[in-house]
Amino acid sequence: MPATLRPLFLVALTGLGAALAGGATAADANAAKKLHARALAATCAQCHGTDGHAVAEGNQPRLAGMEQEFLMAQLMAFRSGQRPATVMHQITKGYSEAQLTTLAQYFSAQK
Amino acid sequence: MQRRQVLTALAGGVSLGLAGCATGGGSAGRARVLVVGGGYGGATVSKYIRLLSEQQIDVMMVEPNREFVSCPVSNLVLAGMKDMAAITTPYTGLSGRHGVRVVHDRVLAVDVAKKTAQLESGTTVAWDKLVLAPGVDFMWDQTAGLKAAHDAGQILHAWKAGPETMALRRQLEAMPDGGVFAIAIPEAPYRCPPGPYERASVVAAYFKKHKPRAKVLILDANPDVTSKGPLFKKAWADLYAGMVEYRPQHKAVSVDGNQRLVRFEVQDDVKADVLNVLPQMRAGALAVQTGLANANARWCHVNFLNFESTAAKDVHVIGDAIQVATGMPKSGHMANAQAKVTAAAIVAELQGLEINPQPMLTNVCLSYVDQGQAIHVASVHEYVSDKKSFFPVAGSGGVSAVRSAQEAKNAEAWAYNIWADTLK
Repeated sequence: MPATLRPLFLVALTGLGAALAGGATAADANAAKKLHARALAATCAQCHGTDGHAVAEGNQPRLAGMEQEFLMAQLMAFRSGQRPATVMHQITKGYSEAQLTTLAQYFSAQK
Repeated sequence: MQRRQVLTALAGGVSLGLAGCATGGGSAGRARVLVVGGGYGGATVSKYIRLLSEQQIDVMMVEPNREFVSCPVSNLVLAGMKDMAAITTPYTGLSGRHGVRVVHDRVLAVDVAKKTAQLESGTTVAWDKLVLAPGVDFMWDQTAGLKAAHDAGQILHAWKAGPETMALRRQLEAMPDGGVFAIAIPEAPYRCPPGPYERASVVAAYFKKHKPRAKVLILDANPDVTSKGPLFKKAWADLYAGMVEYRPQHKAVSVDGNQRLVRFEVQDDVKADVLNVLPQMRAGALAVQTGLANANARWCHVNFLNFESTAAKDVHVIGDAIQVATGMPKSGHMANAQAKVTAAAIVAELQGLEINPQPMLTNVCLSYVDQGQAIHVASVHEYVSDKKSFFPVAGSGGVSAVRSAQEAKNAEAWAYNIWADTLK
């Protein structure tokens, strides 16, 4: 490494260390948010499979990897009664729009 | 609860830590969770603590049975529409795929002060967090003669799926055409509110095909059908007119196994060819022994944010054993839902993260009314922080508009998915 770059490198390292130390609370908040989102998504799993991976035998819609806007549109259509259902209209009415958005985001991000 | 019921002193034994057992190697110092019971609640909480902690928390689950046998769908086995294999799932998914240490043993005693549990095999297990999912046990003394008649094989309950399911099935098969099957239902709360009415319906479906002169008598201690009443009554009238008879306000107080007779608090005695008496229920014996059944010495009060016992710190109780919140049924689906809230709260606590202030629960109970049609009741529950309890979300939930073949398909899909979500 050329001698002239050393001070810059040290500054960069110091900066990184400060970011790590100062970021602990933000990291925890982010980890908590992820945990809560995954637990919210788990309220769908009894019928739709863990993390949206419905089993083949059940013939249920596979939520994992579904396009976010499409999934959100379906949830909202169930909620308004626009899309007919046996039970999903009753379930979706139990969640806020913000919660449904979290669910649509979560399932769309699953592989 | 009486403090002296809390078991304190434990005989010395080999201390068996959980660390290092689940995935092998270098996990000394990791948090250890002991789960007692491998039903819908216990199996789900075991799996989800592993999932939500990214396998960073060690979990041991103690369950005496070698395989999971589902109570939901077991009425179809009773009616000859499914076999036992169809409702049986091994525990190998929990151990092999998720690294839960599954131990086939019994927990004899828990010391909540020392944070240990004593197993029947003689070992003592240390834990940081204990989750009790003991299900229900029966209050035999509430119905005179029932324990003896049950143990003699004369009057069965088949309210825990397993060998007794098949024993009751054999009684139904042996019953002559023109005979009477009577099911006696205890006062609520009991495990699976719609279960007895589903059982009456699918047994009637079996009779309609194979013993068309037989009768089904429903003797209910409650003032009316406790779940999906109008839907069940319509099914009985439409599908089984003259075969199914519903009698409310029939609280069984004693039985005579030799005569296959049941006596009631008020109403006349009833004799039947096959008598299926469901005993009154309470939290599983271990919860009672440990002093956790602090609701009328019958059910366990919990803090609903994390399902921690109100009687002991770091001890969580889930499933049928708890004193329920408003509108919360004792069901497999609900136990699975509670298990996830509990798993997330335990992971958050052990990892120093904020516990979810607004956990949610769902419940869907599907009941078959014959081989090809089913009905449901559904609910969504939110935690209300200022009331420190769960409440059904206003405007959500409800029952089927009509019974349908589509809902029978949904019931089958529910079973496959919840078994996978709980055990695989």
